Amino acid sequence: MTDDTARTGRAAVLDRWRRSPMLLRHLAAALAAFLGIVLLTSVTDPFTNLRIATIGYHLVAVAGLALLIGVSGQISLGHGAFMFIGAYTMALLVIHVPGSPLWANLLLAIAASCAAGVAVGAATARLHGPYLAGATLILAVGLPAVALRYPEALGGSNGLTFSVAGTPPALSDTVPDPRWQSWVVWLAVLLALVVVANVSRGRLGRRLRAVRDDEAAAALSGLRPGRLRTVAFVISAGCGGLAGALQAYLLGTATPSSFGLALSLSLLAAVVLGGLGSLWGALWGALALVYVEVWGHDAAEALGLSDHVANNLPIALFGAALIAIVLLWPSGVQGGLARLGAAVRTRRIGPGGRPD
Amino acid sequence: MSAPAPAPPALEVHDLVSAYGAVRAVDGVSLTVPAGSITAVLGANGAGKTTLLRTVSGAKAAQSGRVLADGVELTRLPADRVVRHGVAHVPEGGGVITQLTVEENLRLGGLWRADRADRVRAREEMYQLFPVLAERRRQPAGALSGGERQMLAIGRALMARPRVLLLDEPSLGLAPMVTRRLLRLLRELRDGTGLTVVLVEQNARGALSVADHGFVLSLGRVAASGDADRLLADDRTRHAYLGF
Repeated sequence: MTDDTARTGRAAVLDRWRRSPMLLRHLAAALAAFLGIVLLTSVTDPFTNLRIATIGYHLVAVAGLALLIGVSGQISLGHGAFMFIGAYTMALLVIHVPGSPLWANLLLAIAASCAAGVAVGAATARLHGPYLAGATLILAVGLPAVALRYPEALGGSNGLTFSVAGTPPALSDTVPDPRWQSWVVWLAVLLALVVVANVSRGRLGRRLRAVRDDEAAAALSGLRPGRLRTVAFVISAGCGGLAGALQAYLLGTATPSSFGLALSLSLLAAVVLGGLGSLWGALWGALALVYVEVWGHDAAEALGLSDHVANNLPIALFGAALIAIVLLWPSGVQGGLARLGAAVRTRRIGPGGRPD
Repeated sequence: MSAPAPAPPALEVHDLVSAYGAVRAVDGVSLTVPAGSITAVLGANGAGKTTLLRTVSGAKAAQSGRVLADGVELTRLPADRVVRHGVAHVPEGGGVITQLTVEENLRLGGLWRADRADRVRAREEMYQLFPVLAERRRQPAGALSGGERQMLAIGRALMARPRVLLLDEPSLGLAPMVTRRLLRLLRELRDGTGLTVVLVEQNARGALSVADHGFVLSLGRVAASGDADRLLADDRTRHAYLGF
């Protein structure tokens, strides 16, 4: 009896939650996540704080790419290039415009990569499948080389190094720099994720899905497939730019070698590994990107492997994990978890039983 | 006193050519569709019926020729512009977006229109016209039967409040009874709203039973045309092109 009333009470709360405006719901979830991050970083050491921040910027890059692939049905092998643009915009702003506040730098980095996204997206809006993949591949290969071409302005292969402001003076006694930095990163990441979630669940998301599923029918209904595809590309590029800018903020450097083809391919692999269609999938992908790298290095050190092997071990591990996940759970970690959850629920209700 | 000037035709096609590579699927077709009429476009497989509709609605580019709706030039406009000029096209198979719900599919058809209140009104009208869609509004469109999908596709096209509705083989894969109901509904729609309908069909007998006029295509050209009754009565056309 009390169990029943509790259940209906919970259902009512859930129902009210579902009926509240989407933006509000997403903002509330982001706020909760942010509080969780603040708690988590308060109990962990500075090193882990930085790692948590690293997961954050990977998450926003993977989420942006997942939106592009999952909702609009386009593929990009060049998302590392947008991170490159974000990181270098950040670096150049910090070096040449010292007075510019961090939030403005981040916004400008997003704007710069969005602008690049417009150019690339408009050019590639007419391409599909492997042709689009090939065109974006050029970006991943070509763009980081720009830094080598202009060593005076962009620092050549050593990249740009700069120092970023840490904790504001008022808080510097209580909050160490790494903790503050991870808060900044996650605040930016969660705000971007709110945008991504709203896009993918909202009006624009429905339009993008319509174009993805049946482009001809969508055009006959008055949608503009080319423009919609470009919009998806721009949003996704903006996420990449933010990720790059946050990385630069965190590390205090922007080097061309960290935005090479390997990064672009890893992002794509992380999307597949995590599972398309939800932000949780992007989170699993981002975690995999960061932790497989860490574990790979740890394992190489423990085994006393030579540098040549040690440097490639994380990549090999990531590849093995990707193959295993795709074989076991073709819809990625999130898809697998969803299936597990469904299996547990049916078992609890009993075979042939129905909920409610 | 002279008779009032006739209204401009809802749709005019002049000498339209539309090709896939070297193959001219539509090879110089001209036709006139009077406002408020139901016009059947008939013919065998590969006669160019679908290509004709696709070229008229801008889903495919024309090689040459002209398309006008109510006297407005539509030639070379892309599909998303043509629908804004009052010509809506229900493609073969309906083109329902299976990942979206029934309601989301319907809304898709009117998204481009600025008049939000009228969009809501149009949606309610569609639910009255197709009550089965109202029952299933929250279900994914992939769960609909073939007939329901066809209704959804027509409803989505009507959300644009078109003056001309182009229908490509709405009877495809439907049971004869469902087809009859659908065709009757087209007739009621025309009588009620003055909608102009261009109906591409293989099912010539069914299409001519509701149509006012008919055009018979053969190998991309107009082989015969005239009033629906006359085409039905003309044994030679029937045997040569319509197969009954």
